[in-house]
Amino acid sequence: MLLWTAWRRVAAALPAAQGPRPEAPTRGLRLRVADHAPQSAVPSNTATAPEMESVLRPLYMNVQATTPLDPRVLDAMLPYLVNYYGNPHSRTHAYGWESEAAMERACQQVASLTGADPHEIIFTSGATESNNIAIKGVARFYRSRKKHLITSQTEHKCVLDSCRSLEAEGFQVTYLPVKKSGIIDLKELEAAILPNTSLASVMSVNNEIGVKQPISEIGRICSSRKVYFHTDAAQAVGKIPLDVNDMKIDLMSISGHKIYGPKAERLIQKIMKSLRDVVMNGDPDHHYPGCINLSFAYVEGESLLMALKDVALSSGSACTSASLEPSYVLRAIGTDEDLAHSSIRFGIGHFTTEEEVDYTVEKCIYHVKRLREMSPLWEMVQDGIDLKSIKWTQH
Amino acid sequence: MLRESKQFSAYNYRTYAIRKIRDAFRENKNVKDPVEIQTLVNKAKRDLEIIHRQVHIGQLYSTDKLIIENQEKPKT
Repeated sequence: MLLWTAWRRVAAALPAAQGPRPEAPTRGLRLRVADHAPQSAVPSNTATAPEMESVLRPLYMNVQATTPLDPRVLDAMLPYLVNYYGNPHSRTHAYGWESEAAMERACQQVASLTGADPHEIIFTSGATESNNIAIKGVARFYRSRKKHLITSQTEHKCVLDSCRSLEAEGFQVTYLPVKKSGIIDLKELEAAILPNTSLASVMSVNNEIGVKQPISEIGRICSSRKVYFHTDAAQAVGKIPLDVNDMKIDLMSISGHKIYGPKAERLIQKIMKSLRDVVMNGDPDHHYPGCINLSFAYVEGESLLMALKDVALSSGSACTSASLEPSYVLRAIGTDEDLAHSSIRFGIGHFTTEEEVDYTVEKCIYHVKRLREMSPLWEMVQDGIDLKSIKWTQH
Repeated sequence: MLRESKQFSAYNYRTYAIRKIRDAFRENKNVKDPVEIQTLVNKAKRDLEIIHRQVHIGQLYSTDKLIIENQEKPKT
């Protein structure tokens, strides 16, 4: 869902010279032909624009949606896409044996990253499928005796939707609220566990605000009450230390395309120093530095994103539907309506450079100031009026 | 390795490779054990081959430059 939103933003914000707007998340790749002619191999049904040479790609600051594929990964995978194409389950020939060896190596690598046993690793199409399998699987398996599940209000959409569909099947689900910092209250978790609870699911690192949940403590509580503990670690694995045995995690969902570090401090400090009335959403201490969610007061989030068209960013509000509702995560941490509308999420990964961060910060500060100049609310605040005391007339 | 890495056409891969190579060499400059040194050198040779292949692939599938590549010369 977040990737779709990010693509739509980038597609909508690019200048018209790039060709017709894509309706789907994939667009025709604009490739340079190998003889280095400056034209691109654009499919013939798109309008080729003469100004194409002046088009430059935006910076990528949206690693929570997906990350660039590390060249080392591509290099490791290519042989299996070109020559070693055997099915790992083919037991009778070399093609099968070499693919099976590769699969075992892969299981070993994932297992060592998480402290699990290689035989406990199952490859799926992604964290969404893993979350569905884990939650629906455990719930339905214990359906005859245990009908209660626990999760949090800030989980990823796929977890919440799985729980909702289970509710329709007759399960009860408790959606734990979070504190203002975004972290769940351990006492509330303990209180919510009932004798017929089969599973508790809490994500390790939130994809919108970057908050780290106290996974070890949650694992300890769950295992002492004989409740399975599932965590969606799509944003966490490879970045923060995770050991499934130490932390008593029973099920963990990982995403292959979101793994792998932070110029975050620099970004936050520069922005906070140059602008006032900027709020960082999420606990500053229990926070994964690569995901920064900032709310700029008196500026509308969508307009700031449009203005920052040279940087691929995403915001907290789910503007894919006609209703401009702010993100449920921001609502769960108690953010005011207006601040929730003006939140932007900066994603920093290990391919991000300091220059990119500096450029983003510079543009961000410039546009926030410009948009605030145009804002009547900002004028009122400058005059010392307290916005909360205003009685807006209904039309 | 640095020479090869500078040929990556993608800005992010290029800067990451250069940075990582410099950092790794600096980090290991005090290693004295010859066995360990040989292991590291072998790893570096394998990585050089990876870089070489990936630079070629990147050039085959290259696309437009990033917005900031216009404004600054990549630091060599």
